[in-house]
Amino acid sequence: MPTLVAQNLAFGILMGGLYGLAAVGLSLVFGVTKFLNVAHGELLMLGGYASFWIFTLRGVDPFLSLPAIAVLLVLIGLILYTLLFSRMVKLPEADKIKNTLLVGFGVSLILQNLALLFFTADDRGITTSYAGKAFTLLGVRFPIVRVASLAIALVCLVALHFFLRRTYTGKAIRATVEDWEAATVMGINIQQVYLLAFVISAGMAGMAGALVAVCQSIVPTMGLDWTLIALVVMVLGGLGNILGTFVGGIALGVTHALTNIWPGGEYREIVALLLFLVVLVSRALGLFGSKEG
Amino acid sequence: MSGKQIIAIALIIALLVLLALLPMVIKAEYSINLAVLVLLYLGLAASWNILGGYTGQTSLGHAAFFGLGSLTTRLLWLNAGWPFFPSLLAGCGAAVALALLIGWPAFKLRGVYFAIGTLALAQVGNATVANLWPAISSLPAEYLATYQLAPRYYLFLVVAVLTVATAYFLVRSRLGLGMMAVREEEEAAESLGISAFRHKLLALVVSAFFAGLTGGAFAFHFTAYYPQFPFAPTWTFDAMMMAYIGGVGTIVGPIIGALFFVVTRELLVLTLQGVQFVVLGIEVSLEDLHLTVFGLLFILVVLFLPGGFVEAWGKIRPVFERRTKVKEVSLAS
Repeated sequence: MPTLVAQNLAFGILMGGLYGLAAVGLSLVFGVTKFLNVAHGELLMLGGYASFWIFTLRGVDPFLSLPAIAVLLVLIGLILYTLLFSRMVKLPEADKIKNTLLVGFGVSLILQNLALLFFTADDRGITTSYAGKAFTLLGVRFPIVRVASLAIALVCLVALHFFLRRTYTGKAIRATVEDWEAATVMGINIQQVYLLAFVISAGMAGMAGALVAVCQSIVPTMGLDWTLIALVVMVLGGLGNILGTFVGGIALGVTHALTNIWPGGEYREIVALLLFLVVLVSRALGLFGSKEG
Repeated sequence: MSGKQIIAIALIIALLVLLALLPMVIKAEYSINLAVLVLLYLGLAASWNILGGYTGQTSLGHAAFFGLGSLTTRLLWLNAGWPFFPSLLAGCGAAVALALLIGWPAFKLRGVYFAIGTLALAQVGNATVANLWPAISSLPAEYLATYQLAPRYYLFLVVAVLTVATAYFLVRSRLGLGMMAVREEEEAAESLGISAFRHKLLALVVSAFFAGLTGGAFAFHFTAYYPQFPFAPTWTFDAMMMAYIGGVGTIVGPIIGALFFVVTRELLVLTLQGVQFVVLGIEVSLEDLHLTVFGLLFILVVLFLPGGFVEAWGKIRPVFERRTKVKEVSLAS
């Protein structure tokens, strides 16, 4: 029994890193632009399929193709932002939030539908030659692809953290989060900052998707589930807090692991969403932390 | 009553008579089923519109009320052996009860938080029902033997007409004006003594009631489906898209939206059936392209034509009217 709990917890933590990587882009865009990109899960899905096809058609290892996936998703993000989201930046706050939400839904619907047409509804996964390899520590099994994924997620998040803290551009992004009007007065180009946040977010989502294809499996309809996972992690970790997002991801991973033990894996999503609703409503009521709702 | 109003009422009555006569004129099951689908989507879109359109609360949890209405009706009717109509009313009651239960916490959330909160709630319902009732729900053989399409059609017709009529009279009442005031500017409405919370809750309850009613009709019509199916998020998104494409926050918007949605989908499926081409060695079948088309149209409406087809008609109409006026003037002189 203790080994079972330890094994579940280990898997939860390993998955949690991936959840953090999946959520950090959503959180960054929400913090910077104040709009919620509900097509975030579909960007993850595209990253997963890109990695899958590069592996299947060209035989490129999914870990080696990660930078290429990131670049591809940055380009897709660039197209989506310039074509659609940039049009709504100047709207009044309430309209901006609502319209970007609706446009995001349209985008997710289109991407999901096109993926179904092109990739079929089959479950796909990347099985590398080393997929089954694992090491055992204190009786707990650690599959190496999952450990590598956690490490990559951590590296990405730490890199983003230092980019935002130490570089001039990163500081401009944070200034925009604090007060976009004051940032404009200081000569920061808001449109550029928004675009940058959006493409970084897309790139991170793409890498997360590629890692999901390695660790689990991908389907065209996975977008909504991953958008919800990212939302839960974002709310658990605190908005705009990069390292907090990582902690939120681990927290969700561990929650999933505990639900696996009781009441059972099929209640995973329900427990996570209920947790999300409780945190959301208590934040709105100002029970703990700042009032954000 | 002005001449225009009399003409409008006469037209509506004529349309209703035509719709009532439809199953007697058209015998093809295919056409009746298509009409049923239009009415089903109309009920969904018009009930979403009461909360999402007139009160400005973009709910992404509409499927929860539709699903709960369908689940309750089906369980009482088929499993508990109740007669159908009490089961249908119980389905509506369950949807209203859920609305009252979640209303207080849900309306503590504003804007995007309300949207994602209701979405999460609907997904909780979706996953719970999938766990508790995993087996497909089929009509028993004795019901199947006597299955008739016409009563189903009439039920959907009554449901859709009731939904649209309620929305029509509601938005012309004091309460409806309050709902729209809350949509435009919550703080300003509050300062005029309009309780934003009460009006939002009222809109949610009315919206849930008719979503539940449509769900009950769904449970009556479909012979076999998974109980989870009406809880799927698509029902919410479809309703929202139809309301927007037709004209959000208008009475005719959902009607046009539902008609357009079902007819276009059918045409696309029929024309694209079997159309295939090969890209990068992948065989692509275009049969299900309609969601891409609606998604694109939806984005274009949100970005460029927030009033949907209703607004487009409002923009085109003066062109026609000016022409007729010019004619009248030239005749008079």
